Amino acid sequence: MFAAAAICILVVMALALARAFLGPTVCDRILAVNMFGTKTVLLIAVYGFLTGRPDFLDIAITYALINFIGVIAVLKFVEGIADSEQQPRPDEF
Amino acid sequence: MLYFSLLFAVLFGFWLLLSGFWDNGLLLGLGLASSLFVAWIGTRLQSPEQENGYSLGMLLRLPRYLVWLVVAIVKSNIDVVRRVWDPLNQPITPVMGRLPVSQRTSLCKTIYANSITLTPGTVAIEVSDTDVQVHALTRDAFADLAGGEMDREVSRLEVGAGHRRSSPNGKGQA
Amino acid sequence: MDLLPPLFPDLLLDLLSMALLIGGVFLSISGAVGVIRFPDFYTRLHAAGVTDTLSAGMILAGLMLQAGFTLVTVKLLFILIFLWYTSPVASHALARAAMHTRVEPAEAEVIDADQGDESSAN
Repeated sequence: MFAAAAICILVVMALALARAFLGPTVCDRILAVNMFGTKTVLLIAVYGFLTGRPDFLDIAITYALINFIGVIAVLKFVEGIADSEQQPRPDEF
Repeated sequence: MLYFSLLFAVLFGFWLLLSGFWDNGLLLGLGLASSLFVAWIGTRLQSPEQENGYSLGMLLRLPRYLVWLVVAIVKSNIDVVRRVWDPLNQPITPVMGRLPVSQRTSLCKTIYANSITLTPGTVAIEVSDTDVQVHALTRDAFADLAGGEMDREVSRLEVGAGHRRSSPNGKGQA
Repeated sequence: MDLLPPLFPDLLLDLLSMALLIGGVFLSISGAVGVIRFPDFYTRLHAAGVTDTLSAGMILAGLMLQAGFTLVTVKLLFILIFLWYTSPVASHALARAAMHTRVEPAEAEVIDADQGDESSAN
């Protein structure tokens, strides 16, 4: 049961990777990477149960935190570059 | 003070959970010290002029809201999944629009915006003092949100924390 | 949920947790298909939201039923709280960054008041 769930999660991760390759914008790629990260958290949790080693959950918790902070950091970076490239910003947003 | 205690309790609970040692004096002491230190820093980060909106009453009303939110999330999940698998009968009709925000404290505004984003089908893009820009997957999802049920549920959280719908004070937050 | 195990036979518990896992995995795949299939960035954001919320919740709930009332369950609960707490912030930051990098919402009708006329672009 856990093995089947793990394989399905891997399929989902592959689909997310496909979106990351397809793009087309940088935000699509970050979205895909974020999704890949949350699926990784679930995969680690399921894998911990699959092998009967619940210690893996600590890794999953840490991964969830790092994934979140990483995505936010990359987004800040992208946003900063976009804002500095296009100096005259319109006011509608 | 409430904010400090809450933050400290959560941090220390997290420490206990991750360490798993409940009877080691040194580890408990270190956890206590670091939790207190981080809670102190976190409290210092709060701006003192602006009421942050934490209150005991809100904490008591929170579980009821969370139950309501989970039900809303389940409903909108089903809707989005149906639109993924059945594009011919259930086409997507993306909508972008602005909705008013009636919450007074920045905490409840944040809760409202986060709830909008957490329910699939609607995403809060920018939040100002008075309104929130929302992108919705379907016109129905947007109309649901514009109906204001979620707005009312969140507003109910802060009833008693102060006067309802007084003039919006403080800075907007994103 | 954790008070249930002593009352129920193990088989029922297994079935329930299997149903939760299957449901969660199905939602995951639906979300991924949506991310592949939907036309523009903003709509994909909604599909990704499905995998972040209910799908993660169901999978972790299924695992919780297997773990019973132990520290493992509490850890799983913490993972769930983290995911539900961080995913809207990440989605919101993504949408904001997309706005700032001028990703245009394809075929989105713009409503300013409560109601508006259809004005689809694209």
